[in-house]
Amino acid sequence: MAFIAFLILFPLLPAVLLLLVESPAVRKGIIIISAIAIAVISVDMAFAAPKNAAQYVDSAFHYLDNILIAGELILACTILYLCRNLPFKKYWIPLMVVLQTGMILWTELSGKLHDVKTQHVFFYDNLSLIMAVIIGVIGTLICVYAVGYMNQYHHHHHEIPDRQKLFFFTMFLFLSAMFGIVFSDNLMWLYFFWEITTLCSFIMIGYSGTEEAVNNAFRALWMNLLGGLAFAIAIVYCVTVLKIVELDDLLNSGKSAAIILPVVLIAFAGLTKSAQFPFSGWLLGAMVAPTPVSALLHSSTMVKAGVYIIIKLAPAMLITIPGTMITSGMMIALIGAVSFLACSCLAISQSNAKRVLAYSTIANLGLIVLCAGVGSYLALWAAILLLIFHAVAKALLFLTVGTIEHQIGSRDIEDMHGLISKMPRITIIMLIGITGMFLAPFGMLVSKWAALEALAVSDPFLPIAVIFGSSATLFFWGKWMGKLIAITNVKSDAEGRICHEEWFVLSTLAAMTIAICALFPLVGTYFIEPLYGRDPILNKEHIIMVAILLGLVLLVPVAFFFNWKKLRNAEPYLCGAGIKDNFSQFTGSLGTKEWKLSNYYLEKYFGEAKLFKLSVVVSTVLIIITFTIVFYGAR
Amino acid sequence: MKLLLAALAFVILTPVVCGLLAGFDRIITAKMQGRYGPPLLQPFFDVLKLFEKENLMVNQFYHSFYLICYLVFMVASGILFFTGQDLLLVIFAFTLADIFLVLAAYSTNSPFSFIGAERELLLMMSAEPMLLIAAVGLFMATKSFKVGSIASVADLNTILLLPGVFIGLLFILTIKLRKSPFDLSTSHHAHQEIVKGVTTEFAGPSLALVEIAHWYETAIMLGIIYLFFAGNPVIAVSVVLVAYFVEILIDNTFARFKWELTLKSSWAVTFIFGGLNLIVLFIIEKVKI
Repeated sequence: MAFIAFLILFPLLPAVLLLLVESPAVRKGIIIISAIAIAVISVDMAFAAPKNAAQYVDSAFHYLDNILIAGELILACTILYLCRNLPFKKYWIPLMVVLQTGMILWTELSGKLHDVKTQHVFFYDNLSLIMAVIIGVIGTLICVYAVGYMNQYHHHHHEIPDRQKLFFFTMFLFLSAMFGIVFSDNLMWLYFFWEITTLCSFIMIGYSGTEEAVNNAFRALWMNLLGGLAFAIAIVYCVTVLKIVELDDLLNSGKSAAIILPVVLIAFAGLTKSAQFPFSGWLLGAMVAPTPVSALLHSSTMVKAGVYIIIKLAPAMLITIPGTMITSGMMIALIGAVSFLACSCLAISQSNAKRVLAYSTIANLGLIVLCAGVGSYLALWAAILLLIFHAVAKALLFLTVGTIEHQIGSRDIEDMHGLISKMPRITIIMLIGITGMFLAPFGMLVSKWAALEALAVSDPFLPIAVIFGSSATLFFWGKWMGKLIAITNVKSDAEGRICHEEWFVLSTLAAMTIAICALFPLVGTYFIEPLYGRDPILNKEHIIMVAILLGLVLLVPVAFFFNWKKLRNAEPYLCGAGIKDNFSQFTGSLGTKEWKLSNYYLEKYFGEAKLFKLSVVVSTVLIIITFTIVFYGAR
Repeated sequence: MKLLLAALAFVILTPVVCGLLAGFDRIITAKMQGRYGPPLLQPFFDVLKLFEKENLMVNQFYHSFYLICYLVFMVASGILFFTGQDLLLVIFAFTLADIFLVLAAYSTNSPFSFIGAERELLLMMSAEPMLLIAAVGLFMATKSFKVGSIASVADLNTILLLPGVFIGLLFILTIKLRKSPFDLSTSHHAHQEIVKGVTTEFAGPSLALVEIAHWYETAIMLGIIYLFFAGNPVIAVSVVLVAYFVEILIDNTFARFKWELTLKSSWAVTFIFGGLNLIVLFIIEKVKI
């Protein structure tokens, strides 16, 4: 149990130290040493801990409640303090803070907790362990990357005040809070850590202090606070009506209809945190932050907290709502399906690399939410596989975009034309990330495979949504890859300027993206099987087939070194068009013109203007319907 | 051992069978157009001649890497299919192979190839949903994703349960066989506005690889058609041949579509015929219970 305490508390030490230290060299040392410590402990714990049933930690320490109350108060005051210069009179934001903190404090102090069983505070099971490894390894890799990145960031952006101390403090606080979320059994503690991540994301999104950043930070704040409010209501309901305050009691309370309301409320909080429609706006707005922040929010923290809690609640969402024929999980799955389908299509219309990645994140989280909503064991299998593979590949992609942006001064995919000639090694790393996201036999596709097979069992509606969505992903990843690999023979020394930390993190993540495809049967056998039983995806034949494909992907490049006879170089065929010396210039009767190749964006069909609004409306209606029938059922 | 033999048979027989099929295709097409047409073995002569030619290339990558991957994964996908593995995995490997063709075209940095590659991606996006829906449909009808068990379970009932899926599949078969009206990315005939699109820059042995890979591609697509009638091989082979003939007919009677119409029509057909078929099937099964 010591490691739970270590993982939650230890990151606070570097956090505080980083707040005090001025020297960049010392800062770097602290970050690297603590990153290693966190990563090693989280992996070690995953291997050492027993894997069969959830283990609980009882509240031996008497003052834990007081610490919680103090923490809640500090948290609320911090958010209120940060709200002191609200843009556009968004006075409802502090109101929400006061409201939810008030509810939680009332629950704590009114004595309602006396007749409620408060035995377990923390716990861990295999899902927590998987999450802990993701946070501990990928989260800390991103911190290490940020060391080099932030120096360059301030080198490029002189107008932005250097607040790196606050930045790194927030990063480590974030990690601590994430560990808290995945290990908390007591809902009060879970809520407390949940709100810390809201606060951290707020600080990080607003880092640059520009008007856009501040606005987007406040948008992220209110959307997540809305989720927090739902969470707080759920806790009050659990304590006063159900006499429950622990997650395992909520999940094991005999599957009665009474738990539907709190479960849906907490799932709603999960939807806001994982940026599902209609709350996707905040994650897209979060792009204004420095790239390591995006990587952290998208891959290992924040949004993953949202899907974690939804996966956790999946069994409870299978209860039929009284008076209807449907379960709350079905409604949640529909919202996930809308997010997956809409965001996969929306990504086609984007040329900003970070926006493409953001849409792809929301889409993949939508797929996870969809699987969790369906809630069959096979679907949960797929959800966890998606969670793991997505974390690695998406962190890799964000960080490479960050590195490339610093070198070529743009994050537009159109500007990445022919990048393989200019920055071959970085481009190959990026290509690994992209293939990891959408091609067989890499992780995400294996998980989509598992998801389709799991979903096809129950009904054809969700598979149809998944099928159309995943075909759209094919298009936008494909054209992005095409841009990167066009060979232009324009050389550049940009790669030489990338610092060691960035190289180390990028190559580690690229290696992990490949390795995890080879290792997924082991992860499945040792971590997921004890939770959800055996998945037929994991049968021997399938593993062999995937291994053969993987082997082919890795072996075929050898053919490149084979000496082909009679090779003769030629220029691309241009119908005899007026190209003289410069390949990118065309001389016609109207003089010399530059030409360039540009991707299709199919704006007319997949443009943001219509599709985004439509998805927000559809998903809002779905949420309203969900709550209406849940209230109706509870009545 | 049996699987190994099946794989070997597939690898060796496909070029022969599909090459002959292409030969017949060209003769029939010629007859439809009032020409005499080439000899039956012309496709083989073409490929052999391409291998004899000089290897002209814009860069080494596409030939030595992407196109070889295209062929290797097309064969791999075919092997997975004809040894009776999971149909979804077959489709994913098939997509992977196709992506390598697109990447080869992109890597040449030629305007014609580039536009061809964009269009090929668009065609993939148009055709992929129907392929996957067909897999889900076959699963609903036969309770298995494995090609082997689908083939052993499939009977006349299968096609009666999945008429819409089958029609949708025939629709995208036109895309996958690169027949008009869907030959936007590259065409069997070099009279396109983007020259030969995806294959513009491929010459000699490189182009031969593409041709051979296309034979394997044809085999897989026709194999999926076969699967619907697998209970009765005679009927199945006849259906496949009729389907191929219809494709030739369509090829010779339709003008090329624009990309918008291609995407819209194929997604509409996929949803209306494929999607609704699945939904109706689901409702029927619910009512039965």
